[in-house]
Amino acid sequence: MSKSDRDTKRAFINARLLDPATGLDVKGALLSDGGKIADLGPQLFKGGVPSGIEVIDCEGQCLAPGLLDMRVHLREPGEEHKETIVTAGQAAAAGGITSIAALPDSSSVLDDVAAVEYVARRAREAKMVKVYPYGAITRNLEGKELTEFGLLTEFGAVAFTDSTKAIANAQTMRRALSYAKTFNALIVQHPEEPTLAGGVMNGGEIATRMGLSGIPVHAEIIMVERDIRLVEMTGGRYHAAHISTAGAIDVIRKAKARGLAVTCDTAPHYFCLNENSVLDYRTFAKVSPPLRSEADREAVFEGLADGTIDAIASDHSPHDQDSKRLPFAQAEFGIVGLETLFPLALQLYHKKALSLLETLALVTCKPAKILRITAGTLAIGSPADLVIFNPDSPFFIDPEKFRSKSKNSPFTGFPAQGKVLRTVVDGRTIYDRATEQN
Amino acid sequence: MTTYAETIAAGLNNHGHLLGIEGLRADQISYLLNLADGYVDQNRAVKKTTDLLSGRTVINLFFENSTRTLTSFELAAKRLGADVINMLVASSSIKKGETLIDTAMTLNAMHPDVMVVRHSDSGAVKLLSEKVNGSVINAGDGSHEHPTQALLDALTIRRRKGDLYGLRVAICGDIAHSRVARSNIHLLNTMGAEVRLIAPPTLLPAAVDRMGVETFHNMKEGLEGCDIVMMLRLQLERMQGSFVPSTREYFRYFGLDQEKLAMAKPDALVMHPGPMNRGVEIDSELADDLDRSLIRTQVEMGVAVRMACLHALTQGTLNEEPAA
Repeated sequence: MSKSDRDTKRAFINARLLDPATGLDVKGALLSDGGKIADLGPQLFKGGVPSGIEVIDCEGQCLAPGLLDMRVHLREPGEEHKETIVTAGQAAAAGGITSIAALPDSSSVLDDVAAVEYVARRAREAKMVKVYPYGAITRNLEGKELTEFGLLTEFGAVAFTDSTKAIANAQTMRRALSYAKTFNALIVQHPEEPTLAGGVMNGGEIATRMGLSGIPVHAEIIMVERDIRLVEMTGGRYHAAHISTAGAIDVIRKAKARGLAVTCDTAPHYFCLNENSVLDYRTFAKVSPPLRSEADREAVFEGLADGTIDAIASDHSPHDQDSKRLPFAQAEFGIVGLETLFPLALQLYHKKALSLLETLALVTCKPAKILRITAGTLAIGSPADLVIFNPDSPFFIDPEKFRSKSKNSPFTGFPAQGKVLRTVVDGRTIYDRATEQN
Repeated sequence: MTTYAETIAAGLNNHGHLLGIEGLRADQISYLLNLADGYVDQNRAVKKTTDLLSGRTVINLFFENSTRTLTSFELAAKRLGADVINMLVASSSIKKGETLIDTAMTLNAMHPDVMVVRHSDSGAVKLLSEKVNGSVINAGDGSHEHPTQALLDALTIRRRKGDLYGLRVAICGDIAHSRVARSNIHLLNTMGAEVRLIAPPTLLPAAVDRMGVETFHNMKEGLEGCDIVMMLRLQLERMQGSFVPSTREYFRYFGLDQEKLAMAKPDALVMHPGPMNRGVEIDSELADDLDRSLIRTQVEMGVAVRMACLHALTQGTLNEEPAA
């Protein structure tokens, strides 16, 4: 970012200011100065904007903190044909996301200082959204030897996870949770008992009819139950990623009631779709954990509504056509999600399960609190990472228009509401719908 | 969101393919069986060939090893006068990195009228059918469907019992991994038979009772009053996967012998899709008992049924509305 850009003052006027961190919801204006939020409120610029300040007229639309997506597969370094830090940044910007947490399973695993530093540096160079790399929990994601939590934290690792691999060994998980306390680090688990998870879709009637091997819901429930016992034992900080089952939500709800340091997230496909989406062997709906039954989908929705689930993350997993145009069992797991996270999260608001502020919290201040990132708030002095949006504007999702390199979304033609109009990072516009093609 | 039934109706069987039994109507099944009946007579005559498919090309594309199904399809096509090519891709192209779709497009460029496809992955034949112009017959895809096997089983039963309606049929053994079982469940239910599944719980897939069947873990209970007993092959690698502990124990509790068969109706008949593991799922003498075993008849019916399928797909008669 150039020096002059840093010094630029920008006034966002005629906005509906929404700050999920404080519950603020008023008409007013916001001033950014040097990339930070300098002032905001209903009285600001009532008498006009002084000269020398760039004016952005929000035309009455919503202005909120930019989204933090806490689960993104970048694919760089190593699989740049699927996605790069630049294309992921463009996709995120179009999706109203200003910060992403990058999972450590690019083909070279983020399990040492150099790899973590590389991602952080490439992201700075790309000058798009902010990228916070996760560190791997174990070397080469093998579930055996711990990585250097302390050093990786110093070099920018925001939390630790073995990405789409579960820490299966109970002793390893115990040590990880325990050792992480030294640095107050967060352990993020892919909660799936691998010996039960050999299948390719949800276990049940549809898998039986399609002749596909199923993954029972118990694969997730058992792992969450085990991990919660280990959290009790160690006192570590634990986060369960992409929860998909009613049973696991119930277990987490009870653990929270007992006062344990346990949080969890889910992805939009777990409350917008169910296992019927894989009928006809549609590999774009093949995802890990698998899309579950309708009862589980309802439970995820309910878990978001009652606060058991703390955050919504896209679990953005780009795959090229060659990885998906295969017989179902051979196709890769994963769904792209950066450009659908926001409108699909807004389903909670449109279906009247949560208020607009409560819905925003799930993709802004709540994941920021879990990862301890300064984001997701309009507090004065925090980064001017903003999204201007219309929550009601209806459209049909069209993956062909995605900026992501990969189009593997099962949401083609899905009716959604909520359009991003402008995305701002450190006061600087990185996406402006008015100047884009669609 | 489309319902399961809509997906089946829209996705299968209406583009001149035979991808599965699920979604076929009773009148379509009867039509195929009636057509096959005629071909049984032709196959027993001295002159076994016609020229119905003269000038047409049939490619048997097998990604999985098979002797009897491949031979049966080859003979069926030749007896209808088609030019037949067998392609065994189990080990060649796939190892060179060619995808299923590449293979399909390559062969499609040679203008086959029918492709008969077997693949070890469920849904693979459907995927291939979306990329080709001719008709596709599913010769077995993973654990999903094996429609011509169910049709030949039905023809075999119908010729001995007169009708499928109201019969009590037990399917015994490794249901979880069996495409034969799934196709038979769909066909028998569509035609009004009562279907029972008999297997240890480890060999029954999840929620299989939702497919309109009754399940049993005790062979004698399950066989009670049955008209037909269909045995399935137990893959010997199931022992390593700890589905069952040993062939010895399996035969003791789930192998078919005269003693267990005595629980079925006195005129109950025994079937097996082959190849058999004698002494594992079926007693050797029982398998050869011509009064009880239909196993060799099944092989004969296989050719006739496959001729009927080739006939119906190439002449476009499978999807004609039933006569009023």
